[in-house]
Amino acid sequence: MKIRAFVKQLSFVSWVGIGFLVVHVVMALAAPWIAPYSPTAIDATQAMHPPSLLHWGGTDRYGRDIFSRVIYGGQIALVISLTSAALAVVGGGLIGVYVAYIGGFIDDVIMRLIDALISIPSVLLLLVIVTAFGSGNGVIIAAMVVSYLPGVVRVVRATALEYVPRDFIQAARIRGEKTIHIVRDELWPNILDVVFVQFAMNASWIVLAVSGLSFLGFGVNPPTPDWGLMVNENRAMLLLAPWGILYPMGAVATLVIALNLVSDAIAKALGLDRSRGVPV
Amino acid sequence: MSTPLLEVAGLSIGFRRPNGTTVPAVHDVSLQLMPGERLGIVGESGCGKSTLTLALLGYIRGNGTRMQGTVRRQGVDLFALTEAALQQVRGAEIALVPQNAGQALAPHLTVGAQIGDVLARHRDITGQPAQHQIVQLLRDMRFGDPDQIAVRYPHQLSGGQQQRIALAMALAGAPKVLVLDEPTTGLDVTTQAHLLLLLDEITRNTQMTTVVVSHDLGVIARTASRVIVMYAGEIVEDGLVSQVFADPRHPYTRGLIAALPRIDRPELPSAMAGQLGHDYTYQRCTFAPRCAFAQQICDTAPQLGVAEAMHRVRCHRWYEISNEVHMADVGTRIERDDEPTTSTVVLDIKNVAATYQRRRWQSWWRDDGVDVVRDVQIQLMAGQTCALVGESGSGKSTLARMITGLHPPRRGEIRLFDAPLHADVSRRSVAERRHVQLVFQNPDSSLNPRHTIAEILHRPQFVFFGRSRAESLAYSRDMLQNVRMDEAYLTRFPSQLSGGEKQRIAIARAFLAEPAVVVCDEVVSALDVSVQAAVLRLLVDMQQKSQTAYLFISHDLAVVRAVAQYVVVLYAGQVCEYGPAETVFSAPFHPYTALLLAAVLSIDTTPAADTLPQRIDVVDGVVRGCPFVARCPVAIAGVCETTPPPWQIADNGHALRCHHTREVLANSQNLKS
Repeated sequence: MKIRAFVKQLSFVSWVGIGFLVVHVVMALAAPWIAPYSPTAIDATQAMHPPSLLHWGGTDRYGRDIFSRVIYGGQIALVISLTSAALAVVGGGLIGVYVAYIGGFIDDVIMRLIDALISIPSVLLLLVIVTAFGSGNGVIIAAMVVSYLPGVVRVVRATALEYVPRDFIQAARIRGEKTIHIVRDELWPNILDVVFVQFAMNASWIVLAVSGLSFLGFGVNPPTPDWGLMVNENRAMLLLAPWGILYPMGAVATLVIALNLVSDAIAKALGLDRSRGVPV
Repeated sequence: MSTPLLEVAGLSIGFRRPNGTTVPAVHDVSLQLMPGERLGIVGESGCGKSTLTLALLGYIRGNGTRMQGTVRRQGVDLFALTEAALQQVRGAEIALVPQNAGQALAPHLTVGAQIGDVLARHRDITGQPAQHQIVQLLRDMRFGDPDQIAVRYPHQLSGGQQQRIALAMALAGAPKVLVLDEPTTGLDVTTQAHLLLLLDEITRNTQMTTVVVSHDLGVIARTASRVIVMYAGEIVEDGLVSQVFADPRHPYTRGLIAALPRIDRPELPSAMAGQLGHDYTYQRCTFAPRCAFAQQICDTAPQLGVAEAMHRVRCHRWYEISNEVHMADVGTRIERDDEPTTSTVVLDIKNVAATYQRRRWQSWWRDDGVDVVRDVQIQLMAGQTCALVGESGSGKSTLARMITGLHPPRRGEIRLFDAPLHADVSRRSVAERRHVQLVFQNPDSSLNPRHTIAEILHRPQFVFFGRSRAESLAYSRDMLQNVRMDEAYLTRFPSQLSGGEKQRIAIARAFLAEPAVVVCDEVVSALDVSVQAAVLRLLVDMQQKSQTAYLFISHDLAVVRAVAQYVVVLYAGQVCEYGPAETVFSAPFHPYTALLLAAVLSIDTTPAADTLPQRIDVVDGVVRGCPFVARCPVAIAGVCETTPPPWQIADNGHALRCHHTREVLANSQNLKS
């Protein structure tokens, strides 16, 4: 589908989603120029100020500017969620297409492994990985990929299975094509639309999971500005200084909704089932 | 004069596109359906015949709208009725037998229950009387054991049986008008013949009014007395079947009839230029762009005028044409040159057998698969076409899979240029793979929808000759010219091509490998008649240039007659008759071949009903004797069931496998014809 045709048929709701996503991305990229204060600068004299013209988002108990911390927190949220979503979707997609094509014993074994991974609650899986390997950004990304890849494998495999028996795949086999060609050049372009939708959907889930993890204290380490961490830190002052958690929560919510709306828009434009991003 | 049952006046129906424009599907159609009339509507895909048919029931699909006109029943416009009132008309007054009955039946209800629903709804029959009615209806549909059939679910029935259930459901409402949409499409020839015979019996006995819609002129000739030919949403010709098929007036109808392969002549049908596109307007003659007789006047829209009594035609020039040009000149049928140029055996299929097993681990300790192909021997000669004929399930496609290395034979071997061909395609050498090419039945699924035509044509050249994209381009252009397509197609995607164009690309792809053998698996059965003729010509052309051997798999004997020099008839995985085409198409026939020939529909002969055996339901199973015994009209009791029949080979190379001698078969078959 051409970009212009895609843009033309977008609904108002889709534009809202795209708008929020763009705002988030711009804020994260331009954080040093937008943010009025350093996200980590402590000013005890300014602690727990309500939102004002000086501090748009108010300050926390160390006097750090909430607004600046929310802006910088977006960098981490976006980098981690988009990176892990991309890895999960490309990795899971390739595995899904491969097992769909190869079938037989390998398909059986890999799919039972995937089933086993899916049967573990993802929070538990994340906690185990982070506890075992520490909470660096790399570990968090790896944990996200492990938790969200199995779902992608399933969806993509199911979609690819529709193309495997088609005659053009038979034709490629008769031509003597290698498996890598059939997976990469014959099947992959046909399931690319599903991959796009899966990417946006998984990214939104991962944003939630990353902030959830830091809220529980397993994510990035203080004093790094992170939305989940901020909610955790300011939780105690919920009644005294509600702005301390309302701003980061609003940021998480808008990003998750934006990613969902964008994935819906892509799915709708490609004529896929919007709830799962698979062909109807 | 009696009043019409249904009267369509000036009906136009259009479908809205997402971009807001409306595409016309039916344009200004007027027709009257008289009581007892047997109407046929014929046209190629996209001509609007299905839309018109559904409109007869006051229904328009999805995003369609009625733009103009009415469909009146007893003076009342069906489109003005409420949904509830329409429900009273549909089923009780006008009943539809939908295309593809297998999908029209509800999978979770027994077929008896589904027929019972119609009885309860439209005739208020329930309980015990309904049960009797259901059984009676099924008996009328020639089910041998109606009680057993009534409690089955649709998936437990064959395609032909499902079609008969759909017919029983339509008849259960005791309608005045029976509408059948493509009633036999997708069925085997013999099943089709049986169904048409059954339909004939039922409707003739009850004087029922029928409307049959089909792309197949032969089906129309068998089921209708009056025919409407549609093109681009318009009626282009309307008249008695006897008039229209014997003496067509509209250039399109002439072209259609000329494009039909004939079972009685070994010649290529003539192809019509172009195809039905979407770019027509009703400001001018819609057929003019394809018409050989188009002149200046054809830039204005012609009216449906009267050509003779009961015969209307929409053409400015029909009168001049019918005086000027004889039917024979519309297109030239080509006499084939059957002289073999060489006698090189290219592919030698030796005694192959194949089986399908459920799981590999199950066959570790036992060997219990039923053979779907048994002891098949075929030799393919360079420059020759060998046809492989049989119904679905006869093992034709399995044989194609074995030749191309996708399915290993259980016994026997296949030799290419007198060297053994490996059973597994991944073990074959580049040259071996290059020499064996396959063209698929369904052009929609044989081309990767995400690849451009250039990419599709480049890939085999890369694999077989190591050509780069740039190098392959010149060859692709040449090949496109050979298959008569413009090089502008190189940048397009398959979805932008019509069915016939896709099949040309598939043929081009096969020939770019410069193969010795091309397996053509039902290559024209998914195409419209006019396109089919063009593709057949293309295949013959390509063969004459390259001396390629064809294995032409088909269920359509008329098409086989048009292209094949050699014919092999397959039944239940075994060859039952083979020989040069002329000998196979003349007596003596194997009883199965005789059955297939009797089932072929033609527009100018009415087949004798008694050539078809009465047994419809076939019991499949492992037979020790002749596999055809269950359906054979001349089976010898006590012999055919137990003893495999012997081969009887004549001097002219013709062979058949039967317990009857050639003379006995020839005598009985000559008597009938």
